[in-house]
Amino acid sequence: MKQAHISRRGFLKVASAAGLVIGFDFPARAAQTQSAAFTPNAFLKIDDKGVVTLQLPKSEMGQGTYTAIVMMVAEELEVSPKDIVVEIPDASGKKFAPVSQSTGGSDAVRTTWEPMRTAGAVARSMLIDAAAQDWKVDASTLHAEDGKVIHDASGKSAAYGSLVGAAAKLKAPEKVNLKDPSKFKIIGKPTLRLDAAGKVNGSTVYGIDVRFDGLKIASLAQSPVIGGKVKDLNEAAALKIEGVVKVVNLGDAVAVVADDMWTAKQGLAALNVTWDEGENAKLSQADIVNQLLAAGEKEGAVAGETGKVADVMGKPGAKIISATYQQPFLAHAPMEPSNCTAHVTADRCEIWVGTQDPGETRARAAAGSGLPPASVTVHNYLVGGGFGRRLEGDMAERAAQISKAAGMPVKVVWSREEDIQHDLYRPYYYDKISAAVDESGKPVAWSHRIVGSSIMARLYPKGFKGVDEDAVDGAVSTPYDIPNTRVEYVRQDSPVITSWWRGVGPLRSIFVVESFIDELAAAAKIDPVAYRLSLIKDARAKAVLQKAAEMSDWGNPVQGLHRGIALLNAWDTYLAEVVELELKNGTPIVKRVVAVVDCGQVVNPSGVEAQLMGGVIFGLTAGLFSEITINNGRVQQSNFHDYRMIRMDNCPKIETYIMPSNEKPGGMGEPPCAGLMPALANAMFAATGRRIRKLPVLSSVTT
Amino acid sequence: MATRETYQLQINGEQHSVRATPDTPLLWVLRDMVGLTGTKFGCGIAQCGACTVHVDNEVRRSCVTPVGSIGSKPITTIEGVSQTEVGRFVQDQWLKTDVVQCGYCQSGQILAALALVKSKADITDADIDTHLSGNVCRCGTYPRIRAAIHSISQGLKGKTA
Ligand code: FES
Ligand code: FES
Repeated sequence: MKQAHISRRGFLKVASAAGLVIGFDFPARAAQTQSAAFTPNAFLKIDDKGVVTLQLPKSEMGQGTYTAIVMMVAEELEVSPKDIVVEIPDASGKKFAPVSQSTGGSDAVRTTWEPMRTAGAVARSMLIDAAAQDWKVDASTLHAEDGKVIHDASGKSAAYGSLVGAAAKLKAPEKVNLKDPSKFKIIGKPTLRLDAAGKVNGSTVYGIDVRFDGLKIASLAQSPVIGGKVKDLNEAAALKIEGVVKVVNLGDAVAVVADDMWTAKQGLAALNVTWDEGENAKLSQADIVNQLLAAGEKEGAVAGETGKVADVMGKPGAKIISATYQQPFLAHAPMEPSNCTAHVTADRCEIWVGTQDPGETRARAAAGSGLPPASVTVHNYLVGGGFGRRLEGDMAERAAQISKAAGMPVKVVWSREEDIQHDLYRPYYYDKISAAVDESGKPVAWSHRIVGSSIMARLYPKGFKGVDEDAVDGAVSTPYDIPNTRVEYVRQDSPVITSWWRGVGPLRSIFVVESFIDELAAAAKIDPVAYRLSLIKDARAKAVLQKAAEMSDWGNPVQGLHRGIALLNAWDTYLAEVVELELKNGTPIVKRVVAVVDCGQVVNPSGVEAQLMGGVIFGLTAGLFSEITINNGRVQQSNFHDYRMIRMDNCPKIETYIMPSNEKPGGMGEPPCAGLMPALANAMFAATGRRIRKLPVLSSVTT
Repeated sequence: MATRETYQLQINGEQHSVRATPDTPLLWVLRDMVGLTGTKFGCGIAQCGACTVHVDNEVRRSCVTPVGSIGSKPITTIEGVSQTEVGRFVQDQWLKTDVVQCGYCQSGQILAALALVKSKADITDADIDTHLSGNVCRCGTYPRIRAAIHSISQGLKGKTA
């Protein structure tokens, strides 16, 4: 692989000629087709054999988007999902507009629901028109089915492949009709994942699996102290090791380039790097938290306001209930550690990586290589877990720097320690909240101040006007009908860089809102479900709450089992979760979780169920165990022994229910994780009578 | 400093010759030298199970198995699972149960499950807890892994009965 600007398809051919496996499964029949093809839009190509190839405009990181998007296209195109060949496109700029290649915010199905069905429908309509012209009949007498156009009256049919030449000459229709949901044959039916075969036989190629002739492997060490610099290193010692090729000193990081990962790691150890620790050498967790607490004393920028909170709360004799909550820094720890392969030459930069955001990756690779973005090609792959980590392009910037300095193609593989200690973390948040309640205990005024570092301001400094719109999401608008509300935001950054983490702003908001509503219910001595129901007008919110209560047998307490509930409406989705736990020596053992969702029209129920279970487990890991802490400017956790995960033996039974609905689709990646933590904390209150106001739960109960 | 030696490894029924220092973990030999990338790197310290393979039909974390310790013992990686009928059955049930999400942990999960279903009949939840808890799945596929293993256990009983 010497040419840097060879197309992906060309690259795949070169690679396979060399006997290497690169890229995703690529059926032989697709590789052979070079002749006439019909490309009705940026997403689809149908060749003269009838093979449909889809450019997947969103990243697949486990969440099932690959399958859901194929189902949407297949539904309108009238082909079987299994017959669509999926290609993962390079970073493509605005080629897929209005669909963005960036995949986050639980928007993959929401933002492709119209465009991808339309893409399929346009292709179908043009194929029908091509047949109508050929057969000299009216298009309305034809229909499409199973990859063919059929003349209703005569039964005459033509396979799509035979129509592509004629269809390619037609102008795309300006408007197409999308199917009525009652006609869906694929959407809404449980469908096995279409990307699973390679994942059970080892043939799926993730970014970390990229290999080609001449590719070297680098192990990376970034300054253990935030903002530190390399002081000294023993380059000669590393270069003495057989298989070590280069030592790269980037000033704030070093890398050893070698023939294989083990040798690269040995080389890194031999360098014996010492660091100039810089101004954060003494930074501690307490410093950061104290700054947040102090910032919480200041009035914030108003994110949302209704009615007259100050008047109601200031009334003599007003009954005020207040609480504060703290939520820790969190690492993402996807199972595929951070990695990126780069080949930088004088005028090109080529990147191979599994990313949630090919565009951001391209921008950061450009920065790392010193080349303009137009000179950067980004090849994307199936992603071994994202959770927001791979919305960032830092791994591409590093890889480009290292390849450039080493003068060769390099795969930079982060150790797990590097991955956890140089993550961009979920912000540490401090929330102050209070409510004035009436005689019945219902809130008549609600005041909520959110304090934390701003991800939006870091990424989009020009647009930042004092309120981080993501951070306040889920706090400004809650499922509850409260007449006077005020939500404020106080930005308080620290040297710890923070970023998107599964559930982002609403994750924090929902923990606080659902914990505090539970506190109000307890203060009013009203059952938490009944209390919530009395404050909700939205029928869909009520319905998920009632269903979750029913499934968990909420009304029938069981001796020794303690239940907590939480409700949310975010990402266009309604969700209620019940956590049921028992205590063993004061430590919670979660036995069962009930998760009920109304995410509007479901594309793949099997995928939604997987997201429910996966989100519950992800939320349970975080809620019980997870916190990243800082001491002497360093992240203290390093690997799965001290950044614990839920495992098979402590994974509870999870019962799920999906509300039937034809409302527009809602997001599914994040809600189940966001609902879990407050339900867990509320169950802990039911068990112990003590509120969890600081996550994770296990740190709270043991301190 | 360790020097490189030549090893003849039996991997999925084929012999592979590699040159490595004896302390090189099998994981990196498989991935970077032999080119079998189905075996995954997750933690490097025997905490996650992503790198699970079979050595002499037993579960091993390849990230902490020095290549110099293997000798002529046969190695099975995810790429070799389909070579046996029970291996193919495990993979089929995995697909039918729609287990995978990102898939990154699944090579290790499948090799751990394969060893378990070969070791005994009538697998219980406790067996699954014991044998699969070394394999982390960040996507949270545990409930479906459990379901798949139960159906494999049931299915294998039918086959031998
Ligand atoms: S990589 Fe071997 S157990 Fe995690
Ligand atoms: S399927 Fe993603 S880590 Fe297990």
